[in-house]
Amino acid sequence: MIEVNKQGEVWVFAEQEEGHFAEVPLELLSKGRELADQLGVGLGTVLIGSGVEGMAKTLFEHGSDKVYLVDDAKLAQYQTASYTKAVCHCIEAYKPQILLVGASAIGRDLCPTVASTMKCGLTADCTDLQIGTHIEKRTDTTYENLLYQIRPAFGGNIIATIVNPQRWPQMATVREGVMPMSEATPGREGELVRVNTGITEDDLKLIIHEIHREASKVDLKGARIVVAGGAGLGNKENFKHVWDLAHCLGGTAAGSRAAVDLGYIPHDHQVGQTGTTVRPALYIAIGISGAIQHTAGMKESAKILAINSDPKADIFKVAHYGICGDLNEVVPMLIKAIRGGMSVKTNG
Amino acid sequence: MGYNIVVCAKQVPDTKRITGDAMKEDGTVNRAALPAIFNPEDLNALETALAVRDAHGGTVTVVTMGPPNACEILRDSLCRGADKAILVSDRRAAASDTLATSYILSQAVRKLNADLVFCGRQAIDGDTAQVGPQMAEKLGFTLVTYLEELINVGNDGIRVKRNVGNGWEDVTAKLPALVTVLDTANTPRPYMSKRLMKFKKAKCALELAEGVCPDAMAEKGLLIDMWDLDALECDMQWVGMAGSPTKVNRILSVVLAGGDYEEFEPTEAGAAKLVSELIEEHTIG
Ligand SMILES: Cc1cc2nc3c(=O)[nH]c(=O)nc-3n(C[C@H](O)[C@H](O)[C@H](O)COP(=O)(O)OP(=O)(O)OC[C@H]3O[C@@H](n4cnc5c(N)ncnc54)[C@H](O)[C@@H]3O)c2cc1C
Ligand SMILES: Nc1ncnc2c1ncn2[C@@H]1O[C@H](COP(=O)(O)O)[C@@H](O)[C@H]1O
Repeated sequence: MIEVNKQGEVWVFAEQEEGHFAEVPLELLSKGRELADQLGVGLGTVLIGSGVEGMAKTLFEHGSDKVYLVDDAKLAQYQTASYTKAVCHCIEAYKPQILLVGASAIGRDLCPTVASTMKCGLTADCTDLQIGTHIEKRTDTTYENLLYQIRPAFGGNIIATIVNPQRWPQMATVREGVMPMSEATPGREGELVRVNTGITEDDLKLIIHEIHREASKVDLKGARIVVAGGAGLGNKENFKHVWDLAHCLGGTAAGSRAAVDLGYIPHDHQVGQTGTTVRPALYIAIGISGAIQHTAGMKESAKILAINSDPKADIFKVAHYGICGDLNEVVPMLIKAIRGGMSVKTNG
Repeated sequence: MGYNIVVCAKQVPDTKRITGDAMKEDGTVNRAALPAIFNPEDLNALETALAVRDAHGGTVTVVTMGPPNACEILRDSLCRGADKAILVSDRRAAASDTLATSYILSQAVRKLNADLVFCGRQAIDGDTAQVGPQMAEKLGFTLVTYLEELINVGNDGIRVKRNVGNGWEDVTAKLPALVTVLDTANTPRPYMSKRLMKFKKAKCALELAEGVCPDAMAEKGLLIDMWDLDALECDMQWVGMAGSPTKVNRILSVVLAGGDYEEFEPTEAGAAKLVSELIEEHTIG
């Protein structure tokens, strides 16, 4: 644990693998910049790996003032114990007030371990981050300028704001796509701080026999049109309505968590708080009720079309267009209309 | 030889079934309307533990922290083949966040002197996936997250295939180790009918009807052990409210704002009208 340190920087963990950044640390730098400016402090990133010094440039261009570089051959591959030691060493030496980490497989392995070592708080899968005041009624104490870690709370339409008033750093994880990435500023420079953390062979607790990576086949974030299906599809065969409509519009198929849990569509197609956040030109929600954890990942779409048989479904409240009816009838009608409509247009 | 294995399992509200009536008028969750279930991935953790025991011998102890009602999942574990079940229950543990919870559970694992701990990847009530890794850190155990396939357990440690989303890794972790398990790892075994007949009657002391003697239950192997924070030698500064660095600043019940909204008939004409509007505004086409 570190003491509350109002001069402390805002930090982002710069997750990289084999010399490539995931998108989420760059997205977090955009948000981090905003928070740091609001607090009047610097923005730092922690970059850990082997032979990764050249990657610092990208971090400066994305808004980082300082890059804390831990470069060591023993850190070529991510391992919980060694990376935790490196991150905690940096925290203790430089005392940041906030640490933001992507909620990736690595981030969700690293963060809890770091938080446990530092005995500080951690909020997973935040959908928004702000700076604000916290009043503790019990002791009548006011804490200024804390990190608001905002996320839907389980069940119903509840949004909880979590704070860590006393035991710092204030840590949060955020899924990829939640924070929009701002443009890089080519040529922007910053300060490189080399950190020696004294990692030894003893810190490598795992024997890694083989690593296999595959590029994700879905690009939900980049899709112009997303057609998402929910539990309302009823079964996997029927989910073809979603695929059909997606094909016919040149869009990407997606699903709610219920659809993923039911095995209708793989997990990397999940939209929402614990899936991917999308902002397409058109989002079509078919047989999706509109739970807050789902809408957290799609409500910023330019246009939303909801198809649901329940007129009271919450999804209609975030939609621009709605058809209240049985999806088994509505979707084929839409496909027919699209085929007709588009051909009229091309003919004309 | 065999391994001393601990499984941490949590009873959770069945969040998949959150529907209209699971919410109260004021927008809060009506917990009574939600069935409490065995956290799904904890069943996969239990199955992995039972498979290791079946192959190498040893014992599987299931630990849960929660109110006495949580004994339901302990009975369930015994019926599926666990050797022992322990309820960690204490008023002073209320309001614990993941950090405090992981501290309390790690004290239980310490007391049990485990070589191997299995947790679910995450509990569906919060999806935080923090308690397992935080216990590993506190215990100084090797952490392996996202087990998708158990390869073997041997002198070098436990060898598993981990699914990391964009691929997989084949790793060996030195023991003692804590492993978090994915729902794709296995199919949990069903109850064994003989064990079901016996262990459906298992109870913790707080569940016993008046006049029933705990010792008599214990003699029949039907008493679920209960540990409080004193039994775990917990330092009170790390539990409950005091031990939880995260605080709730506020809870907002969101009113979904109905913006400009246009409804179309579920008919061919309605569909055609919608599509032509979408084409007109260049959203599609
Ligand atoms: C910690 C946590 C994280 C979560 N993260 C996510 C997340 O990232 N993404 C996500 O989506 N969810 C998430 N959830 C789950 C979320 O709370 C909901 O349970 C889920 O979104 C519901 O999915 P659904 O709308 O497909 O299913 P349901 O809520 O079951 O809705 C099905 C809908 O289909 C309609 N329907 C049924 N039949 C028809 C028909 N024939 N024609 C037309 N309509 C029909 C029904 O009226 C209903 O509205 C999370 C939950 C928790 C607790
Ligand atoms: N109260 C609890 N009792 C026992 N095990 C728990 C408890 N809370 C969490 N766990 C374990 O930690 C895992 C991750 O939980 P969570 O961090 O809440 O997502 C679960 O799958 C369980 O194995």
